[in-house]
Amino acid sequence: MKSYYFSGYNIGVRLIDDFLARNPTVGRCNDFRETADILSKQGFKTYLGIAPSITNWSPAGDEFSLLLDGNPLTEFVELPEGPGQKLSYNQIICGAIRGALEMVQLEVECRFVQDQLKGDNTTELRVKFLKKLVDALPVGED
Amino acid sequence: MVDETLFDYLHMSIVEHYNNENENDVETASAYLSQIGYRVGYSLGERLSKENARYRDELDTVKYLCKELWICLFKRQVDNLRTNHQGVYVIHDGRFRLLQQTLTTMNKPIDSNNRLHTLYIAYSNGLLRGILTNMGYPCRVTAEIVDFGVRFQIEVNPVVGQK
Repeated sequence: MKSYYFSGYNIGVRLIDDFLARNPTVGRCNDFRETADILSKQGFKTYLGIAPSITNWSPAGDEFSLLLDGNPLTEFVELPEGPGQKLSYNQIICGAIRGALEMVQLEVECRFVQDQLKGDNTTELRVKFLKKLVDALPVGED
Repeated sequence: MVDETLFDYLHMSIVEHYNNENENDVETASAYLSQIGYRVGYSLGERLSKENARYRDELDTVKYLCKELWICLFKRQVDNLRTNHQGVYVIHDGRFRLLQQTLTTMNKPIDSNNRLHTLYIAYSNGLLRGILTNMGYPCRVTAEIVDFGVRFQIEVNPVVGQK
């Protein structure tokens, strides 16, 4: 599970550059809601061709869920019986989101709370804002 | 466009992953990557050729691989195909796509002894093996890096036990 996550992380770290190059209109986000919007409507749209809906905001506005109607990544996937059932196939997406957002100075936690692959009704991805990485800013930026 | 980028990143990550897992064992890492490629090639070959008529013979199949499939897989045609008409084919691709992203930008020839570089072609190696096996020609594929490109040597129907 960890390896998937780190593969995803590495992808995300590189993906953000590609993403910003492809979507020149995307600017700095004013709040986390805007981040969520861009993540879903542009990030997911560009790379997976789907736009998950954003729901279940926490009262503090620092955590939200993404509901995926269909998941192109697992379209042809079926988990093997036995220990394979524990396999977190989607973990790579979590890693990618974390990696990408970390590169724009946002530290988030990302996990799947429901997964169609494991028999749940929907696929729900939970993203939690942890902190703004101020120290990592290059000189001259704010 | 998008899928190419994603694939490149995924490929890099997978190579890195197996490289870390098998730190001192390039052979094992290559074998894993090649297995992944084989699995992908086996299904992909079937899918991409489902509309086509059956290929006459071995040479015809390999030609199809070089002309059409290569564009799907690596976005260009091969530079050179040679054969001894006895089941050995040598495909030369002078600017191999999966090496371009990582190495050619430095603009120096690729060192074929560098272990990391060999890992970057292991997947494609399996890919070709998978495709040809699916089309009815079980084979053995070896690859070596030449300057900026790769030379794949395909041996169709290798003698059993010679693996």
